[in-house]
Amino acid sequence: MSTETVARPAALPRTGLAARFTPWLRNPWGKPRFLAAWTWIYIVWSIVPVVIAVAFSFNAGRSRSAWQGFSFRWYWEDPDLSVLHDPSLQSAMIQSLKLAALTMLIATPIGVALALGLARWRGRLARPANFLMLLPLVTPEIIMGVSLFLVFVHLFRFADLGTVAQTIGHVTFTISFVVIVIRGRLFAIGREYEEAAMDLGASRLQALRFVLLPLLRPAIFASLAIAFALSIDDFVISQFLVGGADSVTIPVRLYSAARLGPTPALNALASILLFSTLLVVTIAGLVLRRAKRREATGGTAVEDLARFEL
Amino acid sequence: MTRARGAPGERRWLWPSLAAPGLSWLLIFFVTPVYAILAVAMGRLDPIFGDALPVWNPIQWDPSTFSSVFEAIFGGRLAQIFLRTFVFVVIASMLTILIGYPVAYYVSRRAGRWKGLFLLLIVAPFWINYIMRMLAWVNLLDTDGLVNQALMGVGLMGEPRNWLAGHPETVILGLVYGYIPFFVLPLYAALDRIDKSVIEAARDLGASPFWAFVRVTLPLSKHGILAGLVIITLPMFGDYYTPNLLSARATTRMIGNEIELFVTSGIGGAEGAALTIVLMTFVAVLMLYYLFTVLRAQREAAG
Repeated sequence: MSTETVARPAALPRTGLAARFTPWLRNPWGKPRFLAAWTWIYIVWSIVPVVIAVAFSFNAGRSRSAWQGFSFRWYWEDPDLSVLHDPSLQSAMIQSLKLAALTMLIATPIGVALALGLARWRGRLARPANFLMLLPLVTPEIIMGVSLFLVFVHLFRFADLGTVAQTIGHVTFTISFVVIVIRGRLFAIGREYEEAAMDLGASRLQALRFVLLPLLRPAIFASLAIAFALSIDDFVISQFLVGGADSVTIPVRLYSAARLGPTPALNALASILLFSTLLVVTIAGLVLRRAKRREATGGTAVEDLARFEL
Repeated sequence: MTRARGAPGERRWLWPSLAAPGLSWLLIFFVTPVYAILAVAMGRLDPIFGDALPVWNPIQWDPSTFSSVFEAIFGGRLAQIFLRTFVFVVIASMLTILIGYPVAYYVSRRAGRWKGLFLLLIVAPFWINYIMRMLAWVNLLDTDGLVNQALMGVGLMGEPRNWLAGHPETVILGLVYGYIPFFVLPLYAALDRIDKSVIEAARDLGASPFWAFVRVTLPLSKHGILAGLVIITLPMFGDYYTPNLLSARATTRMIGNEIELFVTSGIGGAEGAALTIVLMTFVAVLMLYYLFTVLRAQREAAG
């Protein structure tokens, strides 16, 4: 940056400690050593506790604070207490994966259609519809949790609390995220391709089917991944809609067992959740990055992924 | 230039009908449930079991639960909990700004060629489960955890301290730790958008780096700070899992804890619903601000 090049009246020569620190005090922003150190401390603080928790999932002993050697005991080797063999941990894993898969498969098509509709629809109701789509994004989760719990208990008796209610809850808050992802790409693509297709004789439906949808393919793929990740990471809505022991998900299980003297198997379960989310999100990021490179549009995929949660 | 080649009917109905399934879903599973909170809060009690029963017709609504909840908030049992929630959220968000601003500033404007790596590292906690991040701290703060071991190792403490037993500072730091990534990212985006030449102009006109920052960068990042604050305070006001995981004592109970207990325990469903409505009214300003931020971003993206 050019800030360093601006000439400054020469100071009197100083010696020792003062000489080293006076320029820094006068201009702590000059060479941002303090800021760099601060940022590194922040990063260590935000990531190291999680790394330690993952590390202890590989502990050979029962402790979650004293290292007793490396093993896969808490993943699959222990015949009773490992994630693979403890029925409650195993069922939490299955329930989380089931909900994430269902949410992904239901929310993505609905969200893609809604994004297309809202982006192109110019009717009187388009504005309120857009408003409605954004509401779940800005509503605190506890409010959605309470409202869904009450409606399933009092009105929608067709579904008991449990898997069906949880899936519906997850889809409800995921749709808007899918819309945001798809719409971002729709703006980037513009209307030219569609119009060119229609000028060449395609109907609107054909233009959509043969031109727009193929162009949206990377974004649709990313939406699937994001819907999966949002669902598997959700805690509040899953917890409000738990119907019984068999609909407990990984985050709900982590929450209820955290203070009851758990074994490292709980860390193992948390690590499995972490690895699956990071894997899915990384794939989505790579797909989006490839799509962006091909079009050379601004911004990075990392930034995009970060914005999804806003 | 929109030349419609399709049949007129198709042209009019294609886009609304694509939007229809999603909109109906949101009407049934988002709007109706929120109405259900009102119906339960304004409902009546089951004469035999004492359960809360919803009343769907607004004409028959009974606001007596609301008045008892208001009494509890203004001077009653809930007064302290409301005050505490407010204090926790304010302190936690101040700390979040103090810790998060320098980070966002450095990564967006000063990180140079390491920017991508830094960005990746500050995005990572986004996709690590919140409960897992709290669980990591439960491990560390346990009586025999690494924090106590380290503090006793360097001689700062004689005997282990139980950090997880009703200490407000633990819960506040937990809130900061949990929500700070959601603050840093929007702020990073806002700082990243500032045109470098504006700051250079201030410097060329004689402003010291410090004053260029105070007079130019800081005001230009105001929207980023506000957006970040709204994004973190909204969930903080309704948080119940952080105090439960890091303390689980009455001394750190927040509004969210009351709501969760009332609603899911089966008794006091109406009180829980009324409290949810109060919370919702309370945070409505924040929600609207957030909504209009998103709408503005949307308009900008559309060009």
